[in-house]
Amino acid sequence: MPELLIRNGYVFDPLNGIEGERMDIAVKDGKIVESVGRKARVLDASGMTVMPGGVDIHSHIAGSKANCARMMRPEDHSKDPEPKTRHTRSGVGHTIPSVFTTGYRYARMGYTTVFEPATPPLKARHTHEELNDIPIIDKGCFPLFGNNWFVMEYVKQGRIKELAAYVAWMLEATKGYAIKIVNPGGIEAWRWGGNLRHLDDTVPNFDVTPREIVRALCQVNKILDLPHAVHIHPNGLSEPGNYQTTLDTMECARDFRREGRTTMHVTHAQFTGRKGWSWPDVRSGAPEIADYVNAHDHVSIDPGQLIFTNVTWMTADGPAMFALYKLAKTKWFNADVEAETGAGIVSATYKKSNYVNAMQWGIALELALLVKDPWKVYLTTDHPNGGPFTSYPRVISWLVSNQARQRLLDKINKTAKRRLNLPGIDREYSLYEIATITRAATAKSLGLVSKGHLGSGADADIAIYDIEPKKIDPVKEYKAVRKAFAHAAYTIKDGRTVVKKGEVVRSVQGRTFWTKPKVSDDIMKTMIADLEAKFDDYYTVRMANYPIEERYLTASQMITTNAGV
Amino acid sequence: MADLLITPVKHFKIPITAECISPDFVAGKSLREIELTQVWEGNRRVKLGSLFKIAGEIGRTPSDCTIRIRGNMSAVRRIGYEMSGGSIQVDGDAGMYLGERTKGGTITVAGNAGSWLGTQMRGGHIEVKGNTGDSIGGSVRGGTKGMRGGMIRIHGDCGTEAGAWMQNGMIRIGGNCDLYAGMHMKNGTVVVERDCQGRVGAQMTGGKVIVLGNAGGLLPSFQFEEIRERSKADDEKIAGPFYVFSGDVNEGGKGQFFARVSDNPDLKWNERYLER
Repeated sequence: MPELLIRNGYVFDPLNGIEGERMDIAVKDGKIVESVGRKARVLDASGMTVMPGGVDIHSHIAGSKANCARMMRPEDHSKDPEPKTRHTRSGVGHTIPSVFTTGYRYARMGYTTVFEPATPPLKARHTHEELNDIPIIDKGCFPLFGNNWFVMEYVKQGRIKELAAYVAWMLEATKGYAIKIVNPGGIEAWRWGGNLRHLDDTVPNFDVTPREIVRALCQVNKILDLPHAVHIHPNGLSEPGNYQTTLDTMECARDFRREGRTTMHVTHAQFTGRKGWSWPDVRSGAPEIADYVNAHDHVSIDPGQLIFTNVTWMTADGPAMFALYKLAKTKWFNADVEAETGAGIVSATYKKSNYVNAMQWGIALELALLVKDPWKVYLTTDHPNGGPFTSYPRVISWLVSNQARQRLLDKINKTAKRRLNLPGIDREYSLYEIATITRAATAKSLGLVSKGHLGSGADADIAIYDIEPKKIDPVKEYKAVRKAFAHAAYTIKDGRTVVKKGEVVRSVQGRTFWTKPKVSDDIMKTMIADLEAKFDDYYTVRMANYPIEERYLTASQMITTNAGV
Repeated sequence: MADLLITPVKHFKIPITAECISPDFVAGKSLREIELTQVWEGNRRVKLGSLFKIAGEIGRTPSDCTIRIRGNMSAVRRIGYEMSGGSIQVDGDAGMYLGERTKGGTITVAGNAGSWLGTQMRGGHIEVKGNTGDSIGGSVRGGTKGMRGGMIRIHGDCGTEAGAWMQNGMIRIGGNCDLYAGMHMKNGTVVVERDCQGRVGAQMTGGKVIVLGNAGGLLPSFQFEEIRERSKADDEKIAGPFYVFSGDVNEGGKGQFFARVSDNPDLKWNERYLER
């Protein structure tokens, strides 16, 4: 692989504290190095912004849910066809792009690493089949544990060590990366037509509470020393007044502190940050959540920014989706209840004139702006729930420019505008902070040591945007910022140029990250004995056929950790 | 009125997507510009001029333009896409998505037309002398918004789901109609002058379906209302008498389904409800 020298760009590398310095970046063998030889190919980035490749922590891009949504929404395909080019395959889809298109569109925005955040363990094979095919970007997936029968049984019996061994076995079996919890216990209730809205409700038939599940899995996360925090989607999603449950969830596992890392990541907090008693009475719970995050180090959030467009709601939270379907009156799909989790898919359109939609938009921006430390809040739209991931540049323009926000504020529902705190918030993100929330902080939170920075030894995943920080005023020229972030001038993946002037010029294979925690043999044996005793009763597949072989992954990247049991 | 003449230079084996064959696109352009317009032939981009012989005059505004097409266009899709005025005359067959999202103007087809004729159209007039395919005046697959206005007149037969998700406007079918006429209909009128295969008005929430021939039975989710002497389609009065049903009850719908008494002896059993 030829050497590469990116010359004279304005470099933003928050993990190494570099803020807009003009410097050269040297690349050799897919890694960033101190210097390269004279024969290195030179890429002139003068007048451009150089950042590490984007890292998305939460985007539903693959798996059985995404595929069900594709089947359910042919009208979404007709809206946004993408013809094939010399280097890319054709594809379709606005909110749920087809597999190959997903990779191309991320690469065009300068993103090089994306994590699929909700994989039903039984259907992980499907997720990996899609992840294998998504070109260019590196990826990984988070298996769901919050409603797993084995987990709930161990929690009830208080056998944390065996639970840790089970989680370790599952992560290896599903080639998963981190623990994901969706509506802990609530989906088990959904199998009986119910839901759990608060942290101390009881899960039917298991006699445990969501609080116990969250605490146990946070403890397991600490024992296994997993790279990422526990990724949590709390109970009571999208219901008015749910911000208190979110705060309780954040507080409940505070004692499982991890040195230099967060204990939990509360995702798409906009959907779980609502005050009020009923829909017409929804208020913003963002100040309370932001205050909590500002005051504590064990938790991080992402807002799940809403975009006023047509979207697909897609989450493992079946009961919440059914409730939303009854409001949206469009069409819905219930999936995965036969696996260790559930899923709901609904098509919907967010309208500026709708009070609740306008509040959601405002709550998400308030969360992003009120959390003072950009290392604790990450940019997401919870693709495709808040909006497609292709809207990230638009969200960036709202974050860097109060003027851009005010312009939209004038167009949204008047009551919502009056009740939001957003008009009074004049914080504006700098490009350095944008680099933090889109790549550095997410890579750090995911525990990816070779991603999200441009220090020597990092993977040569680099995004170059055509904006000159010295000449441009993002506050006024937010449209130029948006345009630049939508079409990267160059995206470099593992030292190869994959995007040039916003067009894909090469398609490469990205890696799939997964975690293998090493648990002591004794505990593992006990757990396997438990598992074997019940597996045939609980599952439709044999235990020997359940794990996914490593060779099933086209480009596997294992991360090992040493568990404390 | 300026006439633009378009003639296929060969028999098309591969589908062609040509949104540009529309008065709105050609208005004010030169012949050369139109010939150089890129269209999809299968998965290849080709110039319109390589597929069609283009001659004649071009009007300055859409309403000044008349496009005459001579030849078999059954493989050509999206003719008249989003047109707002003027007229298109096809002397032969037309392909799928003819007049999609049309806002105004007239389209006349001497032969048959494909499926999704007048999908999501908002206004204008489409007339087909022959038969058509499925989902005329409907929505795209999976969508919930059909035709919003205008008139579709079919002289021959048509396929399934005529007027699916229709929101307004009028569809008049001179021949027979396959299953599911007026499916998911919200408003507007569908008139079928001859027979229907059945399941008329499935899941309709509003609007009116009038069947002058045999309706092919009745869905169990429709409720018998009365026998009416005549029915009305826009301003035209259609002589009956008709059985009038309302539904679809499953959807809480207030749609109306008219079936002519003389051609629907299988619906005679409903008359016993009149005695009470």
